[in-house]
Amino acid sequence: MSTSLRRAALAAATASIAMVSACAVGGGAGSDATSAARAKTVVVATHDSWAMSKSVLKQFTARTGYSVRVQPNGDVGQLTNKLVLTKGSPIADMTYGIDNTFASRAVDEGVLATYRPGRQAASATAYRLHDPAEAAALTPVDYGDVCVNADDVWFRKHHLAPPRTLDDLLRPAYKNLFVTPGAATSSPGLAFLLATIARYGDGWPAYWQKLMANGTKLTSGWSDAYDVDFTAGGGHGDRPLVLSYASSPPFTIPKGGDRPTTSSLLQTCFRQVEYAGVLKGAADPAGAKAFIDFMTQKAFQRELPDNMYVYPVDDRVALPTLWKKYAQTAAHPFTVPPATIAKNRDRWLRQWGDITSR
Amino acid sequence: MSRPRERRTNRPTRWWSGAGLAAMAALPVLVLGVFFVLPVAGMVGRGFFSSGSLDVGGVLEVLGRPRVHRVVWFTVWSSTAATALTVGLGLPVTYVLHRLRFPGRRLLRGFVLMPFVMPTVVVGVAFRTLLTPTGLLGGLHLDGTPVAIIAAMVFFNLAVVVRTVGALWEGVDRRREEAAAALGASPVQVLRTVTLPALLPGIVAAAGIVFLFCATSFGIVLTLGGLRYSTVETEIYLLTTQFLDLRAASALSVLQLVVVALLLYVAQRTGSGDPQVLDRTAERESSRRPRRGDASAVLVTAVVLLFLAAPLGTLVLRSLHRGGGWTLANYRALTTRGEGGALLVPVSQALDNSWRVAVDATLLAMVLGILVAAVVSARPGGRLGRRALAVLDGVFMLPLGVSAVTLGFGFLITLDRPPLDLRSSAYLVPIAQALVALPLVVRTLAPVLRSVDPRQRQAAASLGASPVRVALTVDLPALWRPLLAATGFAFAVSLGEFGATSFLARPERPTLPVEIYQLVSRPGEQNVGMALAASVVLGVLTAGVMVLVERLRTPPVGRW
Repeated sequence: MSTSLRRAALAAATASIAMVSACAVGGGAGSDATSAARAKTVVVATHDSWAMSKSVLKQFTARTGYSVRVQPNGDVGQLTNKLVLTKGSPIADMTYGIDNTFASRAVDEGVLATYRPGRQAASATAYRLHDPAEAAALTPVDYGDVCVNADDVWFRKHHLAPPRTLDDLLRPAYKNLFVTPGAATSSPGLAFLLATIARYGDGWPAYWQKLMANGTKLTSGWSDAYDVDFTAGGGHGDRPLVLSYASSPPFTIPKGGDRPTTSSLLQTCFRQVEYAGVLKGAADPAGAKAFIDFMTQKAFQRELPDNMYVYPVDDRVALPTLWKKYAQTAAHPFTVPPATIAKNRDRWLRQWGDITSR
Repeated sequence: MSRPRERRTNRPTRWWSGAGLAAMAALPVLVLGVFFVLPVAGMVGRGFFSSGSLDVGGVLEVLGRPRVHRVVWFTVWSSTAATALTVGLGLPVTYVLHRLRFPGRRLLRGFVLMPFVMPTVVVGVAFRTLLTPTGLLGGLHLDGTPVAIIAAMVFFNLAVVVRTVGALWEGVDRRREEAAAALGASPVQVLRTVTLPALLPGIVAAAGIVFLFCATSFGIVLTLGGLRYSTVETEIYLLTTQFLDLRAASALSVLQLVVVALLLYVAQRTGSGDPQVLDRTAERESSRRPRRGDASAVLVTAVVLLFLAAPLGTLVLRSLHRGGGWTLANYRALTTRGEGGALLVPVSQALDNSWRVAVDATLLAMVLGILVAAVVSARPGGRLGRRALAVLDGVFMLPLGVSAVTLGFGFLITLDRPPLDLRSSAYLVPIAQALVALPLVVRTLAPVLRSVDPRQRQAAASLGASPVRVALTVDLPALWRPLLAATGFAFAVSLGEFGATSFLARPERPTLPVEIYQLVSRPGEQNVGMALAASVVLGVLTAGVMVLVERLRTPPVGRW
């Protein structure tokens, strides 16, 4: 950029800012992100599903003096790609929510600094990434199972046994009953595609052709599938099988009832593990590390189910009663190594797009 | 027509002289340069310089892909069809709501605007609730078809036609039409030879905006098309957010810009090459009671209003429903953070944020919009001057034609270091919204300004009126109603904007559409119910503001 251009840009910025401040009579736009306040704030770039009770975050502030500023950035894909694009000028100090489907991209692109908390529960080691470089940068915080869910009431009413496996979904008895968010537009959708890839290997395109031929409906997002097409969702749709989470059934306990009307098919699940990591070039790496430590401790782990509907990696933490009863996770979930996902994701998604758009 | 023959009348008055025009254009151009051109150029540049050097071959390769051709073709035909339908259905509605006088007219005008601010996610849910096999219109088998996509586009954009053309139509003197009729012209002839030519600039302006909104809509394409249809916009979104294929995304962004520029050029040629001077009149004379001859327009309007009401009604009904019974619980919950603390701040607080941001964005859009409209509606003598203004006019439309994803990511990578370290600034949201509202403001004001007879300004000036007095006595009376319409419109744009806002809003200060989106994407019946209730509140609030703005209308200051 030439000097005159830069000067012009500066003048432009000053002029527009002056003007904007002059007309900000609504008063809502006051910037309070001063450098002094930022010094003791950890900025966490995360996905839109972030939720955490204020009291837990206050505990962290009481312990460390840091306050937490959460910055939601769309879904996991958007989050990861934003971090990649802003590499060298990071938008936050740390990130939480990158999962095993995007871990390799974040690590390969050099977005993350290495950090591993000193002590983590023994059960957490099972969720560590296998690749040493990835394991050094990303700390597992929680996991969840993406599974097909069935409307048990509907199946009882139609005197039909619900399916149990991915194979079952191809049976004529279940024609036109299944709805799933698409793999290209939804992270649970991608997880389901990966479940089929884990199950059928190179034969997955053939499976999907049959699945589509059996009347599977695709939606753009999870909420669209669950809230519009699913028979047990708010929209009272016409499909009793939906792709959702192992933690979804407790949400369908009717008012005054004590049992959910839906259940998840535990032989169809893909396991998503979510990680936290320090961003390279973070303004406050010490704060980031402190918060990652805190995320692996009981006070935070305990709150995960009720706030984010995921399971803590620390198995010493008790799950909510309803979860123990109705939100079990899969004993043998499907997984695909993150490196394999990173290498093939684009090709798989394009192939999947060709199959499903006919 | 009374278009002046003499060359003299087309010459600029002193006030509009070149230097003055340039000074007036400077501020809007600067804002556009920093907050639009810079980020988009930054993002597109990343794709073009993928490995340190300019990679034109790679970009051309992308444009040669058969999939890209399919995507471009679908974008063009679906947006064209939706635009034609929106204008075709919008004109009778505009006529009824702005030229006929009947009780409840103002409420209906507010109602027509409601869809415009509805969040796409929620409208998607509403449309699909109607269209799934178990829905009210399930028998039509439209779920997942282009028809559903186009219907939703019409649903969202009808307000653009009604507002933009309505502001112009109200000012058209009825006596000219009546004179034509008295001279034996049939109603169709009157429409073709008198009314439509007078409205043409407004219609073209509205059609241009609608086309851009349709061509860049992506939520409804994904939701209602069942992932089987892609537009340039959805493709850019997927390439950027999922594939991280910046080269392909940049290629498509450039393609989008070229197509938009072409479209604007064509619109320029048809719409404003020959500005019509209109005799203006007060509203009292311009609207009248419905007659038998208005039956067909009234019928079309009734059908259109029903079409708007069906999805809105679905929303309202579902928002009043929870746990198998009727309840106001979803509305009461708006003061909470949702089931399982889904939100960082309660919906009521987001509403407050939305409101404040909207005030700022509206002010900014109006200041910039008036400047731009005044500049582009000037009539410079030279050919070069006219060209320059035509280009300027088009440039301010571009924010509507460029992907929100490109712009949003562009903000992140270009406004991140001094002197432009604005990435986390709270000002970005109102500025981005103002850029989206700006074309609507300009397109509402400019046709009216162009239709003011320059001889009136000259006459006033020659009688010794200062430029300010000329503006107050000649321009303002004609502009009064369009100004109010544009203000309301800018306000509505700001309240409903989601694409750019979702990128730029600071998490502790979300706007209402951002929170609605968060609520919809989380489990729990209460969260979905709250999202629907919040949408209803957003729609009613917007409609309410519009009705209030209409009430502000006072009789024009001066008559002639």
